[in-house]
Amino acid sequence: MQVYADNAATTKMSSTAVQAMLYGMEKVYGNPSSLHTVGQQAAEAMQAARQKIASCIGATANEITFTSGGSEADNQAILSAAAIGARKGKKHIVSTAFEHHAVLHTLDQLKKQGYEVELLPVGPIGTVTAQQVEDAIREDTCLVSVMYANNEVGSILPIGEIGAVCRRHGVLFHTDAVQAAGHLAIQVEEQNIDLLSLSAHKFHGPKGIGVLYARKGIPLVSLIQGGAQERHKRAGTENLPAILGMAAALEEACDHLEENAAKVSRLRDQLVEGLSRIPHSALNGDPVHRLPGNVSFCFEGIEGESLLLLLDSKGICASSGSACTSGSLDPSHVLLALGRPHEVAHGSLRLSLCAENTEAEVEYLLKEIPAVVEYLRSISPMWKDLVRGKRQFVL
Amino acid sequence: MALYTETVMDHFMHPRNVGEIENADGIGEVGNAKCGDIMKIYLKIQDDVIQDAKFETFGCGSAIASSSMATEMIKGKRLEDAMAITNKQVVEALGGLPTHKIHCSVLAEEAIKSAVKDYYDRRGIAYDAKQFPDCENCEGCRMV
Repeated sequence: MQVYADNAATTKMSSTAVQAMLYGMEKVYGNPSSLHTVGQQAAEAMQAARQKIASCIGATANEITFTSGGSEADNQAILSAAAIGARKGKKHIVSTAFEHHAVLHTLDQLKKQGYEVELLPVGPIGTVTAQQVEDAIREDTCLVSVMYANNEVGSILPIGEIGAVCRRHGVLFHTDAVQAAGHLAIQVEEQNIDLLSLSAHKFHGPKGIGVLYARKGIPLVSLIQGGAQERHKRAGTENLPAILGMAAALEEACDHLEENAAKVSRLRDQLVEGLSRIPHSALNGDPVHRLPGNVSFCFEGIEGESLLLLLDSKGICASSGSACTSGSLDPSHVLLALGRPHEVAHGSLRLSLCAENTEAEVEYLLKEIPAVVEYLRSISPMWKDLVRGKRQFVL
Repeated sequence: MALYTETVMDHFMHPRNVGEIENADGIGEVGNAKCGDIMKIYLKIQDDVIQDAKFETFGCGSAIASSSMATEMIKGKRLEDAMAITNKQVVEALGGLPTHKIHCSVLAEEAIKSAVKDYYDRRGIAYDAKQFPDCENCEGCRMV
């Protein structure tokens, strides 16, 4: 059996999105900047896609800028807000310790330019409160950037409440909604969101395309210099097939948002319940406010990469936050931010489901995963030390 | 997965010499939990010849494969020959390791040496301390 349970990494494109892309490649192949009929057909298709995406998040079409994906949107949002702040002498930024690296590394870059960055602690379940944000806001705060939902541990953050706090204090609010878009409702007006990033391949759209929403009146800094595309905010001929694919995928996801969330949450809960029976294991992230498809666990006494390789040999595609899978010496910064010790964070497993996953697949996962964990523990000297009391169990 | 060679995958999926030797003559344990890999090698030694070798490993695919290969390489060898095995030889026997996994082969070399040292210590056999790695103070763990 092949079980794809790595939808937080990327998703399979929906046939609706594929069809929309094919249409973009075969029929509306013009350059949207061209004056002639073929070009203008492309411009119209692009405008319709822009409108569709705007409608899905409660925005207007001219507040949507197409980017190469979530990372670019995060970079542009943060650098733009920082530039606005600098003009007013405000160089303090509030964010969280478990943001995606697209946010954290951009903030690191700003630190070198003299900005002060405050990363809020996310506590053991991985969340921040609006109160924490409010307490951190100062006179010179120019931006609050808090992710809508965490990609590794699945916590959903109180974005609406945080947005309200930011608006009250007149501070720009950016949210990295890469894991939320297409899976959770987004209403930028109601939630007081000023800047929002999303990426198409996380909701069954194509890779290499995303959106930066910027509320009307917020000037964006262009990261790529060149032509006048995207109202001078993003030079380069637009990737129209991908834009059409993204719009179709997002519209489809938003049309079925509630039924998909209900179905996927049910599968998720079965998995969480089943995996919780493995001794000395623990769910990572917020157990209540949680992405419908996210199941993240730590298993004590084993290492994540070997777990992934063995699962792969059984047809199971998953991911881990161990150092060996991150290509660095440290395990995932997200798990460390939740207070998991290094040795526990090395033994992490993330399964991320979508509406295409089935009950039969969940049963298969629940049959194979405990067996693989048990096998790896049987050859682990660390597990033996834990069992013999030479080392203390953490979980 | 294309990350590893066929030999690495074979030794990972079907590791040789897994387990513990009761009343082992020498036991070596290297690495640490914080770094994400611990390798433990058990030796049965008679007349300076390694009669049997087993391992237990907490770690990634290449750590398990390196342990498996290392135990295969030292079985039946005289102690001085086992001591001469380098991490490069382990890597070669595995058909190569990705650059960021080379430290797994280093752990395997060190685990062998550490087990032999333990044997010498238990028997009160004199040795040159410089022959053995100083695991506690190695760069790998201090970097974390």
